[in-house]
Amino acid sequence: METRGDTFPRLVLEHAQVRGAHTAIREKNLGIWQSWTWAQVADEVRWLACGLASQGFKRGMNLAIVGDNRPRLYWAFAATQSLGGVPVPLYQDAITSEMEYVLNDAEIVFAIVEDQEQVDKLLEIMLRAPRLKRIFHDDTRGMRHYTQAELMSYDRLRELGQQYDREHPGFYAQCVAQTKPEDVSVILYTSGTTGKPKGVCHTHASLIAASRGDVSFDGFTENEEVLSYLPMAWVGDHLFSYAQAMVAGFTVNCPESSETVMIDLREIGPTYYFGPPRVFENLLTQVMIRMDDAAAIKRSMFHYFMGVARRCGTQLMEGKSVPLKDRLLYMLGNMLVYGPLKNVLGMSRIRVAYTGGAAIGPDLYGFYRSLGINLKQLYGQTETAAYVCKQASGQTKLDVVGRPLPGVEVKIAENGEVLVKAPSMLKEYYKRPDATAESITPDGYFMTGDAGFFDADGDLKIIDRAKDVGRLTDGTLFAPQFIENKLKFFSHIKEAVCFGDKTDRACAFINIDMQSVGNWAEKKNISYGGYVDLSSKPEVYALIQECVEKVNADLAADEQLCGSQIKRFLILHKELDADDDELTRTRKVRRGFVAEKYAPLVDALYSDKTSQYIKTQVKFEDGRTGDVEATVRIQNAATHAARRTAA
Amino acid sequence: MSAPARRIGDVILKLENISLSFGGVKALSDISLDVREHEIRAIIGPNGAGKSSMLNVINGVYHPSAGSVTFKGNTRKQMRPHEAASQGIARTFQNIALFKGMSVLDNLMTGRTLKMKAGFLSQCLYFGPALREELEHRRKVEEIIDFLQIESIRKTPVGRLPYGLQKRVELGRALAAEPEMLLLDEPMAGMNVEEKQDMCRFILDVNDEFGTTIVLIEHDMGVVMDLSDRVVVLDYGRKIGDGTPDEIRTNQAVIDAYLGVKH
Repeated sequence: METRGDTFPRLVLEHAQVRGAHTAIREKNLGIWQSWTWAQVADEVRWLACGLASQGFKRGMNLAIVGDNRPRLYWAFAATQSLGGVPVPLYQDAITSEMEYVLNDAEIVFAIVEDQEQVDKLLEIMLRAPRLKRIFHDDTRGMRHYTQAELMSYDRLRELGQQYDREHPGFYAQCVAQTKPEDVSVILYTSGTTGKPKGVCHTHASLIAASRGDVSFDGFTENEEVLSYLPMAWVGDHLFSYAQAMVAGFTVNCPESSETVMIDLREIGPTYYFGPPRVFENLLTQVMIRMDDAAAIKRSMFHYFMGVARRCGTQLMEGKSVPLKDRLLYMLGNMLVYGPLKNVLGMSRIRVAYTGGAAIGPDLYGFYRSLGINLKQLYGQTETAAYVCKQASGQTKLDVVGRPLPGVEVKIAENGEVLVKAPSMLKEYYKRPDATAESITPDGYFMTGDAGFFDADGDLKIIDRAKDVGRLTDGTLFAPQFIENKLKFFSHIKEAVCFGDKTDRACAFINIDMQSVGNWAEKKNISYGGYVDLSSKPEVYALIQECVEKVNADLAADEQLCGSQIKRFLILHKELDADDDELTRTRKVRRGFVAEKYAPLVDALYSDKTSQYIKTQVKFEDGRTGDVEATVRIQNAATHAARRTAA
Repeated sequence: MSAPARRIGDVILKLENISLSFGGVKALSDISLDVREHEIRAIIGPNGAGKSSMLNVINGVYHPSAGSVTFKGNTRKQMRPHEAASQGIARTFQNIALFKGMSVLDNLMTGRTLKMKAGFLSQCLYFGPALREELEHRRKVEEIIDFLQIESIRKTPVGRLPYGLQKRVELGRALAAEPEMLLLDEPMAGMNVEEKQDMCRFILDVNDEFGTTIVLIEHDMGVVMDLSDRVVVLDYGRKIGDGTPDEIRTNQAVIDAYLGVKH
């Protein structure tokens, strides 16, 4: 089924020969799905490459690609690679200053962009990025009065390319023959939570190796259908919509616009799907909102059958034994609820769905799997082309990311950091030998920065960022983010901050979720006067204690983390807020700052006190500041003895 | 940055000495104004000044008691709405007048009614010319959907849409008729800032891409001054000002009408 091309341009030519009439890519335009076969794609790529060559693009130059997922932008990757250049996809919603940094850092000379919006941004940046010489745009809407000499429409470029191709027969074939597997095929910029973004250079060889591995692991064929809706600059999309499609020869579908993804998903009915947990969560939320609006009889039917699915859906999918009654009920549910629901979600035909990039909650994971959707987790990062670990079908546990994929070596360093050696590894960081040296060990392992370990079954479990992981005084591993994530999976808990490094026990600050707990309180007829009041209610403490103890029970099941169960917790009297510098703008807790600001509370957690008075300054939205004072109760939570369960 | 957009042409619509009264109430008295091809012409004025009546005279809903309307060289004392429509005048309404139960797509298709030539029978059978024609109309409507960026609500019943989007759909329906002249009655009433910005962009784009002449009534002064080439000001059924936005801004009669004067 696979082809053996060793660079992407050669793969395009091979597909054109082997499966020339097979649909390679689709795009919905004016309400109709337009298709291009592999043979047509090969032509388009050749014309674009010739067009670029006619405009002076040469081997060794970098070309920026900016826009939503469009066939022409995907072809731009292959065309640039054919000429020995390097495509650099940029996040299309990035603000100008970020774009400017990447354009300058990557020494971009040519850019192919989607529409007026991106052209306007680049024209502005051009004043400060002198290397940028030419901009080609796909959609000409609203641009008939743009007269800048640097601009050219894609259509014109394509015409020039056709002409150049006629005048220089053999030029393209010669270029493709010169491509080498060890050439850099793409530079993907990492978003960079710390410091400036870094350009990760991947070669044809590394991406093709990763894709070959993925394709054989999941048995992808040319008949898969995928919907490419993730940002093109993200490694996930590059692998899923470009590299894997190039290796397996399957069909990539580009949505009509970013707002129509849900509708397009339903029309296409992909067989293979990939998204970060956030996407799956949004889908579930939409379903739940619509169910709340549905008529009572439909709603009760939905909840009844979802109960059945939770009980036996996952087991049925994994081929485990299930009582006959449940089996029959599930069949009925499939007719009445699961089938129609999957159809609405566009997931009727899904064989394999992956999620990765962040931890996924048990309810979310369970929801999709119980419907019979084979949702699995994978682990990897830009630097490893997202090819490190994957869960195998039929043996999925919630909090592991599966076993190392074929060809990947994973080892755990002294400090718990996960080290990876794989054919899919980056070549280097662009123009950053210092960063490259820092993150690749002398014996060739990439340092992921994540802390994790292998559990008894040999599955890798990622627990936290390595720099955040600590140990209790008795030597137990303490991974704050891992515990916090578990806490945050409860809808009543909005934020959590765990303490425990170099102390004798793990403790936690909790922020309740005002909306969720507020609704709960209303239903229970508990009156309250606001956040501070609600968070100090004994009933709320009891509710949260239940959540904390469930997390403790979970932790107890894990040998390594059993000792870091939460002994004491308190509910903070104010919401952690980015305006008060307690969270970053992307809503990550700034652990150190919070510990310092609420030092009296932390001290109280580690004493025997049952309450502690605290006064803190808050910043209001209009910039004024004020004080909030409260006496915060501290509660003990039950912990469990270590045990081994199959859960 | 961009080159001067469109060329404003000759007078396409001329209203001469229009008067209109309902019983004893004089809605319009002796108003003359002209609209040039490809321009954006705004009609402003306080409530009850006669702005909507003016639009209704243009597209023939009201018949003036005196005066004449000249559109593309044809002078007539009164115009009927369907004549106005078939000659290339389309409009939107102050209070949205869409089919609430129908989808966005179907609402836009109704805008093509006048262009449908196939006979009733062949339309019923959906065969031959009727089928070919429908494909062509659908294509045009899809182009408008693309233009107005409403792909995601193509199949949504209009009644379920928020107000701002309904306004956009109504603009779409008017565009579906491929008008030469577009009458917009308060296209931005009741919108938030972002929706207003979008609508302004669309109005400018329509004017620019299709060369459509636009007559609009609007209360938001910022919008009017930014969008229009020329502005006419009505007050109590009389014309008190006519000129470019800059001229209007400094016109004493207009300032008095808007800010009031000491008596």
